[in-house]
Amino acid sequence: MIATLLRRGLLAGLLAGLLAGGFAFVLGEPTIDQSIELEQMASDGHGHSHGEEGGEEEPFSRTGQKVGLFFATGLFGVTSGGIFGLAFAYFRDRLQAASEWGRSLSLAGAGFLAIFLIPFLKYPANPPTVGDPETIGVRTTAYFALMALSLAVVIGGWAAARALRRRGMGTPARQALVVAGCAIVVATAFALLPASPDAGEFPAGLLWEFRMSSLGTQAVFWIGLGGAFGLLGERAARKRADA
Amino acid sequence: MEEKTISRGGISLGDIPVWSWLVAALLLLAFFMIMSSSGGLLAPYIGQLAGATDYLHEFAHDGRHLLGVPCH
Repeated sequence: MIATLLRRGLLAGLLAGLLAGGFAFVLGEPTIDQSIELEQMASDGHGHSHGEEGGEEEPFSRTGQKVGLFFATGLFGVTSGGIFGLAFAYFRDRLQAASEWGRSLSLAGAGFLAIFLIPFLKYPANPPTVGDPETIGVRTTAYFALMALSLAVVIGGWAAARALRRRGMGTPARQALVVAGCAIVVATAFALLPASPDAGEFPAGLLWEFRMSSLGTQAVFWIGLGGAFGLLGERAARKRADA
Repeated sequence: MEEKTISRGGISLGDIPVWSWLVAALLLLAFFMIMSSSGGLLAPYIGQLAGATDYLHEFAHDGRHLLGVPCH
């Protein structure tokens, strides 16, 4: 059973990752190209590689990196999808939704919130040129720490809500309590973690467009993952019912 | 039907076989390899291999930016 769910997750994740790659290619790449153009115009040479940049030797051209986009989203999709499938094995019979479709979508929604949306609110995606390369280590650590924390908050909130429901606490009180508790933990983490990098002179309009395309890429991925995993599950359930 | 063996409350963590924890760990490692900032950070642990992950890093550059991970 777990092996089936793992396979289903890997497949759904790959499909969703490639779909998100397509979205990112159409809507995100133009904003990256514009950012790199700006960087080249400023050209103070603070030296991270973006193909075709004067002077430095780059392992990949911009075209190469656009192919790499699909590689990156595909691999992100396969790994997240596999973990999603394994997590589904545990959560399947604990979720409220009545169908494979509903359970898959609700788990994907939780994944989007925990893995992407909460970290994004504190550390929104930045295009090339924004952020000091000197601080990349600290920023990466802070980002993944926040990702781990938001995952813990979402799972903890879910477990608390479940325990309170079993004790017979009414819905409004339970939901208000759990949401407030989660919000307090997240807000405290936001306040304590280092600030997001300053965008400086970077044009605000282009920055917003880039961030929206990043949000869209992740939304497409999680909807695609939940949808594809749910459809595969529904199909398997129908086959079992027919057999 | 395998699913009949699963109780209504769902499988407990102890029922999850060891292999799936290993698979999860491997997937997580691959996830961080592709999503983390730079092979250079791994250099102390994997030495020469860090050069190869730098290559991977550049290839996955646009994807990492758009997936929202800090890049540089």
